[in-house]
Amino acid sequence: MTVISPETASASRTAGIPALLKTAFVNALIALVLFSLMVGIRTEAGSDGQLTYWTRFGDVAALVAAVFGGSIVIELLRQWIGSSGAEKLIPPAVQSSMSLVGRYLAPALLIFTVLVPVIFYQQRYILDLAILVLTYVMLGWGLNVVVGLAGLLDLGYVAFYAVGAYSYALLATNFGWSFWVCLPLAGILAAFWGVLLGFPVLRLRGDYLAIVTLAFGEIIRLVIINWQELTGGPNGVSGIPRPSFFGIPLDNSDNGLAAWLHIEYSTTHRIVFLFYLILALALLTNWVTIRLRRLPIGRAWEALREDEVACRALGINTTTTKLTAFATGAMFGGFAGAFFATRQGFISPESFTFQESALVLAIVVLGGMGSQLGVALAALAMIGGFELFRSLETYRMLVFGIAMVLIMIWRPRGLIGHRAPTVYLTKAQAISSDLVKEGHG
Amino acid sequence: MDYFAQQLINGLVLGSIYGLIAIGYTMVYGIVGMINFAHGDVFMIGGFIALITFLLLISTGLTAIPVILLIVLLVSMAITALYGWTIERIAYRPLRHSFRLAPMLSAIGMSFVLTNYSQVAQGARVKPIPPVITGGYTLHESANGFVIQLSNIQIIVVITTIVLLAIFTWLVSRTRLGRDMRACEQDQTMAALLGVDVDRTISMTFVIGAALAAVAGLMYLLYYGLVDFFMGFVAGIKAFTAAVLGGIGSLPGAMLGGLAIGLIETFWSAYFSVEYKDVAAFSILIVVLIFMPTGLLGRPEVEKV
Repeated sequence: MTVISPETASASRTAGIPALLKTAFVNALIALVLFSLMVGIRTEAGSDGQLTYWTRFGDVAALVAAVFGGSIVIELLRQWIGSSGAEKLIPPAVQSSMSLVGRYLAPALLIFTVLVPVIFYQQRYILDLAILVLTYVMLGWGLNVVVGLAGLLDLGYVAFYAVGAYSYALLATNFGWSFWVCLPLAGILAAFWGVLLGFPVLRLRGDYLAIVTLAFGEIIRLVIINWQELTGGPNGVSGIPRPSFFGIPLDNSDNGLAAWLHIEYSTTHRIVFLFYLILALALLTNWVTIRLRRLPIGRAWEALREDEVACRALGINTTTTKLTAFATGAMFGGFAGAFFATRQGFISPESFTFQESALVLAIVVLGGMGSQLGVALAALAMIGGFELFRSLETYRMLVFGIAMVLIMIWRPRGLIGHRAPTVYLTKAQAISSDLVKEGHG
Repeated sequence: MDYFAQQLINGLVLGSIYGLIAIGYTMVYGIVGMINFAHGDVFMIGGFIALITFLLLISTGLTAIPVILLIVLLVSMAITALYGWTIERIAYRPLRHSFRLAPMLSAIGMSFVLTNYSQVAQGARVKPIPPVITGGYTLHESANGFVIQLSNIQIIVVITTIVLLAIFTWLVSRTRLGRDMRACEQDQTMAALLGVDVDRTISMTFVIGAALAAVAGLMYLLYYGLVDFFMGFVAGIKAFTAAVLGGIGSLPGAMLGGLAIGLIETFWSAYFSVEYKDVAAFSILIVVLIFMPTGLLGRPEVEKV
């Protein structure tokens, strides 16, 4: 916890060393009170149920010192960089080269992604990680339809992921249906649940919508945990069949793909196949989103995001617009869920907690709400970052939370880019909508 | 009938705890217009600080339980209030004029920070304490041997809640700070023009909300005899449901909503199934928002263009 109040800076920007030290001292004092009991005293239940405690004053001292030092460093940096307005002045030359990079980045990334299994064929770990990243890219793109395009804050997206995963798992283990039959079914079922959720929440906006979707996500998870006869409860579903190459199994048998192609069998074949499968699914999501954005429905989503009241005034049916956004997003979540189930071979309610929803949402927001490339890069950064911190098991989510807060403060509109509506009036509005809201318009 | 009466008592006690947390949600929403997603975790921090203070006081050899509880209450309120203040300062104040999703996401991040901070600092295992306040009264004993119990701890929870509510109502309706808070709720710009320190008022709102959550944390600790790092999430959502049910922005509504949620949850567990009690609470949130978006005591929101 070395997050330091950034607010104190403006007052002391022109002030000298004494003010600087005073701010740092006050911050350190606050930190001392905050950490004194929570960090200074460690409690633990003993074997007989009796609580014991021991002190950790060294840790408190270290944290307080870190806050003191951190305050000074941040204050100095702030004075050195100057006002935040100066940061935004980017020379035109840099800007043009940036846009050049932007134009070629997406195709270059795509070509690199296609070549990943070729380059890293021997490194199983990198292939697994790449599959994981692509799963989150797909989830991010799916949620992007709801949050980024239609502007509906959905905190329960993981529910559709769960519906997709359990649809495939249960259909495949109970009826022996193949992955390729279940995949569209999983998508349809998830879309159905999306509409089911969409109906009641149509009238809600903003924060209320967020809380209701969160509650919905929790309800789905709790039902999965408690409906033991169907879902296996907390034990989950195991023995989910692996996908086949359009009917040809990817195993060591006589009629497997390896035997069929007369090549030596290797377990990597399946990993590579899964990689291209999720890549195809993700690209499908991306392609559909891009196409939909050019259809009237996509335009309506973007208009809905910008101003719902104006939308209604223009005769856009907000009911169907919202429902299609929910259904489309949920459908891609369902596809991703089915893929997740077949990749893992085992699913349990633990994979579908609120943390997953928040992670996917963080990817979308970090990527800049509506920007397809941004979401892909954000997923890479997030999941890659998670892997970097894997050794610090318990600290991982702590770092994730701190990062989320800091990014919101530093770049609330996303790290990579914010997508403006596809069509808008060429003449800029004389008065911004914020001012109109306050009664200036 | 006796069973019903017993569940009624249990439900009211649980509802008091939810109500105390719900006040924090409803106050912040009324003034800043954001859901303080981290408020449930502030409640959890309050519970932990109460536990640690309690443990320290016991180990100093103090035996007078009322004195211990009073000190625990004050320490936990003070430190948790400082947590509330710091959270607002770090995570929400820089985003006050940002786009509407930003504070919400920052609050979700803060909630993760607090949950995992206490997991890292205090470990993942549940922390039990031995029962501190024992005893109680038997209100009624029926022919088939079923007893309606009213334990001392239940009386304490309800009385503390009533006393705090009285102080709090006085604070909001009669003091300078309360007037400032109501002014900021109606129009921040105008309040600022008339000499109200908006930043300070909002900070104080978070401080009071966190202090009440700390009391709820202590009550939870005494009533259930345990705390763990994950208890803030579900309690937070339920308290928010209570705030919405009562009409968000309305203080008596928050308390009323808290009692309603407590009763619904208790009766659901008693008569239907324990496993689905959270599902029942969350479903009520959805149903209320669909049919009564303004809640029981809320004012209808005017849609501004």
